[in-house]
Amino acid sequence: MNVPAIPMKAMRDTFLLSVYEAMLQDSDIFFVSADFGSPVLDKIRADRADRFINVGIAEQNLINVSAGLALEGFKVFAYAIAPFITMRCFEQIRVNLALLSEVRPMNVNLIGVGAGYSYVVSGPTHQCYEDITLMRAMPNMYVMSPADQVLAAQLPMRCLQNNGPKYIRLDAQVLPVLYGNALPSLDDGFQTHRQGEKVCLLATGYMVHTALKAAERLAAAGISVGVIDLFDLSKFDETKLNAEFSTYHGVVTMEEGFSGRGGLDAMMFDHIARHGLTLPMLNIGVTGGYRFEIGERQTLHEQVGIGVQAVVDKVSRFSQKL
Amino acid sequence: MTGTSSTLSIADMQAKARWVWEETLKIHKRSPETRVASSLSPVEIFVTLYYGGFLRQSPADPCWRGRDRCIISKGHGSLCMYPILADLGYFSADELEHVCKEGSFLGGIPDPVIPGYETVNGSLGHGVGVGAGMALGLKQRGMDQQVYVLTGDGELHEGSNWEAFMFAAQHGLDNLTVLVDNNEISMLGHTDTIVSHRSLVSKFEVFGWSAREVETGHSVAAIHAALTDCRSDRSGKPKAVVVRTRKGNQVPGLENAPLSHVTAIKQEVIDQLLGGCQ
Repeated sequence: MNVPAIPMKAMRDTFLLSVYEAMLQDSDIFFVSADFGSPVLDKIRADRADRFINVGIAEQNLINVSAGLALEGFKVFAYAIAPFITMRCFEQIRVNLALLSEVRPMNVNLIGVGAGYSYVVSGPTHQCYEDITLMRAMPNMYVMSPADQVLAAQLPMRCLQNNGPKYIRLDAQVLPVLYGNALPSLDDGFQTHRQGEKVCLLATGYMVHTALKAAERLAAAGISVGVIDLFDLSKFDETKLNAEFSTYHGVVTMEEGFSGRGGLDAMMFDHIARHGLTLPMLNIGVTGGYRFEIGERQTLHEQVGIGVQAVVDKVSRFSQKL
Repeated sequence: MTGTSSTLSIADMQAKARWVWEETLKIHKRSPETRVASSLSPVEIFVTLYYGGFLRQSPADPCWRGRDRCIISKGHGSLCMYPILADLGYFSADELEHVCKEGSFLGGIPDPVIPGYETVNGSLGHGVGVGAGMALGLKQRGMDQQVYVLTGDGELHEGSNWEAFMFAAQHGLDNLTVLVDNNEISMLGHTDTIVSHRSLVSKFEVFGWSAREVETGHSVAAIHAALTDCRSDRSGKPKAVVVRTRKGNQVPGLENAPLSHVTAIKQEVIDQLLGGCQ
């Protein structure tokens, strides 16, 4: 029997649909947008108008109003384009969410849409290559980075069940479904998609899809690599991940963010050092600086060293040295 | 748990303000690293709020839901709140001996680990937006609690305030009152010579607020009248009270001095000012 096909949707819309359904049951949920929408958001605006607020193009106020609502006991989803909700208002996040939540119970969830290059033709203002670094810099910020719409739909419940400040980075494009048959364990924080022999590709967000494509090409070239989707960048099960690592000779981090600037790569350097692992690592992230070229996402990715072919080439060379 | 609102007569509050002024100088004498000038301008504002019957409070349970919220956005300029909070029973007056000392919860810039402080303060331009969110939340819950926010005028150079002012007016947050400690001096000089606010009252009005000015900001009676006026205001608008104050009030050499923000008072000067009241 065929499994019914899952309609192609942006992860933003499945996430918001779960928020909408939760809002129907729970009158303590508030949704605050910085003049940013989606078709599903229209349902929230229509059916839960009393708990939907558009603060306008004002991200500093988005955070501060969300903090004030959270202090009054509301569970808040704050919604905007990823670079704006993380960078325009960084100090509001630091002071009124990260610092204040150490003293007061607060539940504020920052929903950033447009991870990496997902606003393909909009250029570097709307693209986002620094958010993992910046959000992880705050020790109590819980960062989640799903790679498909099915998992994204599960995250609102996790947000509602966990107090504290959180950042959920969502891709703006419609991506292939990874979890059509079975959901990953949210407590594990990662899911193995492919077992390999020599090298493990540890990717987050969109780069999981790149990793799966690269793994196919590498397999055709006789290089067997595994692929892990690390979707929880704060609370993944370190022991279980180490068990996965133990079968490999090397690990490759893959992120749609600047390389060597404190993102997933730094996180895994820290992980490997803290656990005393002897595990050679290759870090694949955006190389070079800011660029203004227009093109398809894959083209832009190849230009900065994170496209499928770039990954195949880098992993091939890395694999030969192991 | 029920709260109380402390209510003194105008004369008693004016005397209380003098006491707070003295206690603030004593703290500064013990801890010269504190910012004293900006803590002397809002003394009468705080005394009126906390002793004038405007705040329902529960010092034994500072986070009591029935309290009226008071956010002190110009946190570093609120040293004078320490004696007030101790006097009201939020914590022991003995703590005032240890401001800025190792192990104390009373720092140079107050944090919400201090009973009676709602939010993280001192980094400027945060209080109005957070207060607006609280006011919105209170309205959503059908609660009649009020939110007061104290800002400095120098602080209003931060654009985040103006985002919040527009927001509060848009949503008719008439349970929000902003008091501006308009001492007209920020760190490097008079705000008029840095970036002038021109007329703050006019600005508030254009932004959709019900605004009033208190010209004599060290008069408890004048502040009390303005806050009473706010309380009976049925315009449906958020309310602003621009209080003209003097930075470093009543301290020779400090009062209205352009660099008073970073100026410490010499110990012998404090002794002279306090005379026999130590």
